[in-house]
Amino acid sequence: MKITINKKKVTAAPEETILDVAKKEGIEIPALCFHSDLKIKASCRLCLVEIKGRPGLYTACSTKVEPGMEIVTESVKINKARRINLELIFAQHQEECNDCVMNFNCELLGLARKYKININRFDDRKKGLPVYEFGPSLIFDSSKCIDCGNCIDVCQQQGIGYLEKKEKGNLYRVVPAKNKECIYCGQCLVHCPAGAFEAVGEFEDIAKPLEDKNKVVVFQIAPSIRSSIGEEFGLPHGSVVTEKIVAGIKELGVDKVFDVCVGADITTIEESLELIERLESKKNLPMFTSCCPAWVRFIESYHPELVPNLTTVRSPQIILGGLIKTYWAQQEKIDPERITVVSIMPCVAKKYEITREELNINGLRPVDYVLTTRELAKLFKRKNIDLKNIKPQKIDNPLGLPTGAGVIYGASGGVMESALRTTYKKLTGKKLLKVEFKQIAERTKAAEVKIGNQLIKVATVSGIGNAKKILENNPYDYVEVMACPGGCIGGGGQPMLADEEIRKKRAASLFKIDSRKKIRFADENPIVKKLYQKFLKDKKIVHSICHTKFYEQN
Amino acid sequence: MKIISEIKRHNLLGRSGAAFPTALKWELVSKAKAKEKYIICNGSEGDPGAFKDGFILENYPQEVIAGIKIALEAIDNSSAYLYLRKDYYKKFDKKLIKGLDIKLFKKTGGYLAGEETSVCAAIEGERPEPRIKPPFPSESGLWGCPTLINNVETFYCVAKIAQGKYEKKRFYSISGAVKNQGVYELPLSWSIERILAETGNLPKGKFFLQAGGKALGEVLLPSELKRQVKGLGAIVVYDSKTDAMALLRKMVEFFLVANCDKCTPCREGIYRIGQMVKKGEIDKKALADIFFVLENTSFCALGSGSVLPLKSLINKLL
Repeated sequence: MKITINKKKVTAAPEETILDVAKKEGIEIPALCFHSDLKIKASCRLCLVEIKGRPGLYTACSTKVEPGMEIVTESVKINKARRINLELIFAQHQEECNDCVMNFNCELLGLARKYKININRFDDRKKGLPVYEFGPSLIFDSSKCIDCGNCIDVCQQQGIGYLEKKEKGNLYRVVPAKNKECIYCGQCLVHCPAGAFEAVGEFEDIAKPLEDKNKVVVFQIAPSIRSSIGEEFGLPHGSVVTEKIVAGIKELGVDKVFDVCVGADITTIEESLELIERLESKKNLPMFTSCCPAWVRFIESYHPELVPNLTTVRSPQIILGGLIKTYWAQQEKIDPERITVVSIMPCVAKKYEITREELNINGLRPVDYVLTTRELAKLFKRKNIDLKNIKPQKIDNPLGLPTGAGVIYGASGGVMESALRTTYKKLTGKKLLKVEFKQIAERTKAAEVKIGNQLIKVATVSGIGNAKKILENNPYDYVEVMACPGGCIGGGGQPMLADEEIRKKRAASLFKIDSRKKIRFADENPIVKKLYQKFLKDKKIVHSICHTKFYEQN
Repeated sequence: MKIISEIKRHNLLGRSGAAFPTALKWELVSKAKAKEKYIICNGSEGDPGAFKDGFILENYPQEVIAGIKIALEAIDNSSAYLYLRKDYYKKFDKKLIKGLDIKLFKKTGGYLAGEETSVCAAIEGERPEPRIKPPFPSESGLWGCPTLINNVETFYCVAKIAQGKYEKKRFYSISGAVKNQGVYELPLSWSIERILAETGNLPKGKFFLQAGGKALGEVLLPSELKRQVKGLGAIVVYDSKTDAMALLRKMVEFFLVANCDKCTPCREGIYRIGQMVKKGEIDKKALADIFFVLENTSFCALGSGSVLPLKSLINKLL
């Protein structure tokens, strides 16, 4: 259909909203409570537009286009209304711009400048409201909340409902539910337009790992951050910057940089062995992946009866951290107690994962600190390291060279793909060509793979809400679950407010890296092979470094 | 359909306060193609100055049920809900709907739980908060099905129209500083002054009143009573001893409790007005700005409707 927007004639599709069309046309309309992942709420009342021939103002996010519509997105009336509503929003929001996850890349602040409002016209209504801490992962400062409801909706979408509205003195507030457990996925954080959520330690504690000069500091970088951190430095979405990250970290004065993808290769091998074992014994099927700590916490808190179905294999960061403090420490003749391992993760639940005591090896945590993608970017910025212009550097040997199978761990479906490659090869001696996955539900794909005489049913799913649906009807042998939409590329530690389009670009880059790698089977990684020959020789050591246990939480 | 054209001929407007043409609603729902449709008789009566739905349910329940039955017949694949506020629900004689496809539903929540999309949300078991319109309930209401929602009095009128006894009257709830409080069924065409005079309620001394509801009704002075009652047929009379500031405080308090806090102008705007009246210092510029966004940008009619009573009270009496 044809419509006009700011006197420009444009074509629009029937189901599109005015906001959709404006976005396509590059016309900016402020829309704080809008996020394409979530249902339309139309509650912030900023995306106001005028429609010729109709009285009043309309919200662009919730108004669908109609043939011949003539839309105006800026006028004296619109701007006046936006200004006043913005001032009222600022009247709730207690600013803390210097220490905010938005890192001055804040829509709220941008709008305040654009509309020249007085952000202090009214006193801060929420001054002194509580700050909640969700375990070792998340902080919710309710004095910054603007009541848009995004966090509540995304938590519902995750099937958790940990965040809810509660009435206090005639006003509703967002509060954590008393009778529920947070799974630490951090989706509330990356969907909050007001920066009311942050990771624990973000950004006050980010320099801590570098402070003790007596330590040998080793950074290990997660698969997914290589295609996302560039965004923080103005690079296009999906830019792969692995070696720039290495260079940046080295400039921070860090001794070694390794790749968590190498840990992922080991996770794949171990998980494949466990799958074969379970398929033979037909015990504890389906087997669920366990590298996503938010998913694990969901099972442990809400479905303890399924704990035996989780693979006992440790997540890649924990395996590599363990190897750094054992194998690598021996090789380099360094006392493991002198080593600080820092993981750069797309995730806030990983901050929780490293505190799990059953993971300790000889009394030491495999990983000492987790910094999120955002936190590493902040650290770079503080030291004036510009990722855009830095000269790339090669990652360190020996724990820096993964296969393509390890890299795709960062996107939904990657773990499954890697595990199937190795399992198929192990059981048939042949290379698996392509597995045809079918989309069966939201963010859920399933496939049947013939391995020898066996037909195994597998599924991959991202988002806990979607995973819950799979649990209801589960004919599978092996299921990969990631808590965040699209997997780790959509994690709670990633650059803020990403939508599906951005997540797709981040994921596509990881699969592209894989497709260009010479070695795409975890078990063919020379470093990993060497590790199994020289170090991971017997069951006991494999167990202590590569396996763990899970249990009911409460 | 005969009944719909009859309703149209009588130009019946909904009696919830919004005065939407009833025939149009009926037409939309009856023409919609769906395997399931719903009819909701809204007896939530949340306005503190209105009690006419309660009066009708007590005195003319058969007519109300007859009106719902007519809708059930006029609209294919339909079943009905009678949505009643707690005290009406308690009093309602369940025998009246025995054998009929009408379910009783007890209202949850407060004033806003009477708004039509909130009613759908409440019946579905959700928090009674208004939903985005469009889609209007006639297209997608209860459980996403085409839904006809009419007020108790509207169904009463439909029954009267079907019986050929509709006399273009409405029920007026009269309360406050008057001699004869109560509900009166009187012609639509009468002015406020005449209604008060004929019911023996026109005060002798100084007074002012609120017409159209205690929540959203406009404040009117004795010189402004030649008009008809808009919105809900409720008239609340205040005598000369009434402290206008105290009344304003009460009004704001009502909105603070009644609103759902979903949209910025209503949640924050009403809160700021509340702060001003609490301190007794009204910042005129800020107040005008808040009224502007309430009127022009509120999510639902509660926010935009709150301006009329507040503004008229402040302008005329403070």
